[in-house]
Amino acid sequence: MKDEPEIRIGFYVCHCGTNIAAMIDCQAVARYAAQLPFVAVSRDYKYMCSDPGQELIQRDIKEHALNRIVVASCSPLLHEHTFRNATEKGGLNPYFFHMVNLREHNSWVHSDGSKATAKAFAQIRAAIARVPHHKALEVLQVPIHPDVLVVGGGIAGIHAALTLANAGKKVYLVEREPTIGGHMAKFDKTFPTLDCAACILTPKMSQVKSHPKITLWSFSEVVKLDGYVGNYQITVKHKPRYVNEDLCVGCLECIPACVFKTPKFPDEFNQNLGKRKPVYIPFPQATPQVVLIDPEVCLNLKTGKCKQTCVEACGDRQAIDFDQRETFDDIKVGNVIVATGFKTFDAHRIPQYGYGAFPNVFTSLEVERMINTSGPTSGAIVGRDGKHPDTVGFILCVGSRDEKTNKWCSRTCCMHSMKLAQLIKEHCPRTEVYIFYMDIRAPGKGAEEFYDKSLRMGIRFIRGRVAEVTDWAVTPEEEGRLVVRCEDTMAGFVRRIPFDMIVLAIGKEPQADAQDVRRLFNMSCGTEGFFLERHPKLAPVSTFTDGIFIAGACQGPKDIPDTVAQAGAAAAEAMVLIDQGHIEIEPNTAHISEVDCSGCKSCLPLCPYTAIAFIETTKKASINAALCKGCGTCVAACPSGSITQNLFEDDEIFSEIAGVLAYE
Amino acid sequence: MNNEPFEPRIVAFFCNWCTYTAADLAGVSRLKYAPNTRVIRVMCSGRIDPQFILTALAKGADGVLIGGCHPNDCHYAEGNYKMLRRFQLLKRLLQDFGVEESRVRLEWISAAEGDKVKSVINEMTEQLRALGPLGMPAKFAAWDQEVEELQHQVDEASETEAAHA
Amino acid sequence: MPDKPKVGFYWCASCGGCEEAIVDLAEDILGVLDAVDIVFWPCAMDFKKSDVVALPDGSIAATFLNGAIRSSEQEEMARLIRRKSRRLFAFGSCAHLGGIPSLANLFSREQLLRYIYEDAPTLVNERKNRPQLEYEDEGHTLSLPELRHVVRSLDQVVAVDYYLPGCPPTPKLAKAALTALLEGQLPPPGAVLAPDVALCNECPRKETKPTTLAFTEFVRPQQKLLDPKLCFLAQGLVCFGPATRSGCEAVCPQGGMPCSGCFGPTSRVKDQGAKMLSSLCSNISSKEVSEINRALAGIPDSVGTLYRYGLAKCLLRRKVNLPGTGKD
Repeated sequence: MKDEPEIRIGFYVCHCGTNIAAMIDCQAVARYAAQLPFVAVSRDYKYMCSDPGQELIQRDIKEHALNRIVVASCSPLLHEHTFRNATEKGGLNPYFFHMVNLREHNSWVHSDGSKATAKAFAQIRAAIARVPHHKALEVLQVPIHPDVLVVGGGIAGIHAALTLANAGKKVYLVEREPTIGGHMAKFDKTFPTLDCAACILTPKMSQVKSHPKITLWSFSEVVKLDGYVGNYQITVKHKPRYVNEDLCVGCLECIPACVFKTPKFPDEFNQNLGKRKPVYIPFPQATPQVVLIDPEVCLNLKTGKCKQTCVEACGDRQAIDFDQRETFDDIKVGNVIVATGFKTFDAHRIPQYGYGAFPNVFTSLEVERMINTSGPTSGAIVGRDGKHPDTVGFILCVGSRDEKTNKWCSRTCCMHSMKLAQLIKEHCPRTEVYIFYMDIRAPGKGAEEFYDKSLRMGIRFIRGRVAEVTDWAVTPEEEGRLVVRCEDTMAGFVRRIPFDMIVLAIGKEPQADAQDVRRLFNMSCGTEGFFLERHPKLAPVSTFTDGIFIAGACQGPKDIPDTVAQAGAAAAEAMVLIDQGHIEIEPNTAHISEVDCSGCKSCLPLCPYTAIAFIETTKKASINAALCKGCGTCVAACPSGSITQNLFEDDEIFSEIAGVLAYE
Repeated sequence: MNNEPFEPRIVAFFCNWCTYTAADLAGVSRLKYAPNTRVIRVMCSGRIDPQFILTALAKGADGVLIGGCHPNDCHYAEGNYKMLRRFQLLKRLLQDFGVEESRVRLEWISAAEGDKVKSVINEMTEQLRALGPLGMPAKFAAWDQEVEELQHQVDEASETEAAHA
Repeated sequence: MPDKPKVGFYWCASCGGCEEAIVDLAEDILGVLDAVDIVFWPCAMDFKKSDVVALPDGSIAATFLNGAIRSSEQEEMARLIRRKSRRLFAFGSCAHLGGIPSLANLFSREQLLRYIYEDAPTLVNERKNRPQLEYEDEGHTLSLPELRHVVRSLDQVVAVDYYLPGCPPTPKLAKAALTALLEGQLPPPGAVLAPDVALCNECPRKETKPTTLAFTEFVRPQQKLLDPKLCFLAQGLVCFGPATRSGCEAVCPQGGMPCSGCFGPTSRVKDQGAKMLSSLCSNISSKEVSEINRALAGIPDSVGTLYRYGLAKCLLRRKVNLPGTGKD
């Protein structure tokens, strides 16, 4: 510090009316500070945060050539910004300021004035010892690229993409399935209004496809993300569908022309209840309206020996391309919205419910497809034995609220099951429908009314966790049927009720590859594996990485209204950054001295934001300030002391330690 | 001064997002606790270098309190776990140095737990008051008494020699 | 030849390896002997304390003192040499940091003496004789130096101008220091005469260290068949390379043993052991206390591992509840 000007500290202690002054002798504090090293001005004042208080600082900076400012008042979380501004207005770098918390951490929590004053002496000694080490810092401004990537084309991704695009922002929507629509596209009706899911979803899907501001990449996946808020570089992989998307017009003529005359392969979209051909479209309103060819079963792709009748049917359009390979696109965006949704619980994991063992045990999603008029049974409820059931039993909380599988409530299964029960009743009023539940969770608008309606429709509710589903009949009535054994906790005895069909209300789980996606986008997961929001109430769609937002069931189980609301919120958050044009980064970032670093790589695994990179040319580590969030973990862990954190330098903290402990 | 009862001095390192905020909350809630603790704010408990803790003890702290976010709640994802790992070996190291276990304490205190700030500080103050001072600066001075005596002997011998020459 | 600078070498609490390091200069030592006038080197030549006392103050250009300060005699000699020397070099880990002898700072003087003269299993001392400070025989009084309570680095007793780190300093560093002295090229006083970058910088195993290190266990060299090329930390061994000043050219890692820290910390670190602790522990993979402790069980001797060469310079210096004065 040889060539630097002499340190001249201005010290101010605030009375905060009587909030501080009633407990701490502020004049004594000011007198005490006046005789500490480098203190040029020491004052006490009624309200430092008031305009006159701030002007006092500004005037003193000029009149007394101050170059460091210490204010002892309230919490820095409250007024640090205020006094930094005042320091800056006085002509100093704002980071030459430091704050002492005399109110929240002292006068308000102590009751002995002399001890509180003695503690105040220690607190200000620390700050006055610290500030000489302060350095002038610059706030880093990072420009925000205006384009946005939306990952996942379910209702959340669709809504977020449309919201942004309608605001004039360029959006890339990437969906790994051949069509957008997600789970909602599989639904028949939506609770509690029972409006047709397709009627509300498909118009939005086609808007996505036709929107001039949206680039829709279906059957594609994000494989790489580099960069930081405002400046993400992303690589998207397009999987081969063996059909040229630009040439296919969606006439579907190739499907009947396929050499397989009848569909014979399991149809994933219909939960494998139906069949499809090697060339297919997942469902009639699939978006984009482009067929694809399944290389696992296509005769030509498997054996190279096929008459290629599909190519013939396609004719001049020449859309079918058996030589198609994976392709990649590199894009730049400023923000990313992750809306990758959920997966349903695998009912095989609870063997006592007989899924897979008894043909007439179905999952709720299978029944959803069945009840859909465009589904595999054209809307008819039929068992795998081909019979229409007279009695249907729904088992709730399958893979939810269960210590052995998933502890959380999946939030929609009660309502979803009641919806299916009502639809079954509507289709076939004679059907007896039972719902086995632990608690009926019907919060939200219109939900409790929906429950009432279910009761009025004659759906029977039995409270109790089902023990098992068995085909072991003990009465002639049970013969050939599925018996639910369950303690009826309302009636207080164990029931056996025979059914023709059992529906398991399967819960929601994080996607199987949620951990990979989490790492890809630098996010965190909660213990259950759903993506973690920055704050459940204050930042519910933000993540710990700036410019990465989450929406929908990837953050936790939720229904469609909540999902859409979150998607809108995520779009709004992205727009805030885009319209600001840049983001300011608090300069408390860490940096590595290249000369000092030995390249030991110890710091690299410690950074949750992958802000530290090993530079192959220098064989040293380096921190990207735009990625660094300023936690200082690497600084504490650098074994050779070669990492420094602005505002929290080792020397600053050592001085504070010495300051609070210095003897009188 | 010497007649006053022993008042332990505790240096606390609180993370900005949870424990420091909790201490602010304790203030806003006007909870009263012992005035023995001096808080040093860091952004994350992961920033707390074991050197800080040893320095505080060496400079006269009778105890060191570390406050961070609860597991899974760290504002920086995992900084608190880094501190937790260091703390496990540091505890053993301090034990090997003869420093009583209650002198260095790690607590997870969320921003909502103002009352925990109060109870932890009060409890620690009481424990240290019962334990007595660590008093490293005084110990260093006492240890170094043994090397203060010889200098004048050496000086004398050399001066006598110089006088002879 | 009055023009030649006067140089001294002295030996306090150390193993003698540092003296060997001077001899290890091999034929270069002849050049040194030509260039200087050795006025004091009890290990190699017949000098007495009185020879040094007789020298005018500040008449020795430089003294290289190795060993920690453990006894009253060593302390007296250190003070005497300081008075007579214009530059004092702390030569080797013991003078620099307290060295292996300073591990005795975990015990009181009484504990040490009792063990050595009474309890050690290899001992035959039925009358439990202990060394006496004074002994009268046939009208003569014989005296022995007093053992201090605390083991100290040289700079904890007298001011030190330069530090040559290492256990022992390598011939290359020793030669460079001598050359700098003779050519007047020494840096400002207070400097450690080795690069201020950690050892990994010059370790051939650095290349093999993964960027995603996460410890699940710690092992010691005898517990594992070691890969001769792979970074020791990647093999779960505590290697002090990241926390230790370079300059030795990674002789230990090249010889198949992890660095144990004898060059001490870089100038930016106050406490080498604390920093290494921070780095090692931060990179443990588990978040569970029981698993973290299971991994750490591989470091059974915390002080011996973290402060093998530098307990005297640890921020706490010594086991805190030991007496510093009196009989114990």
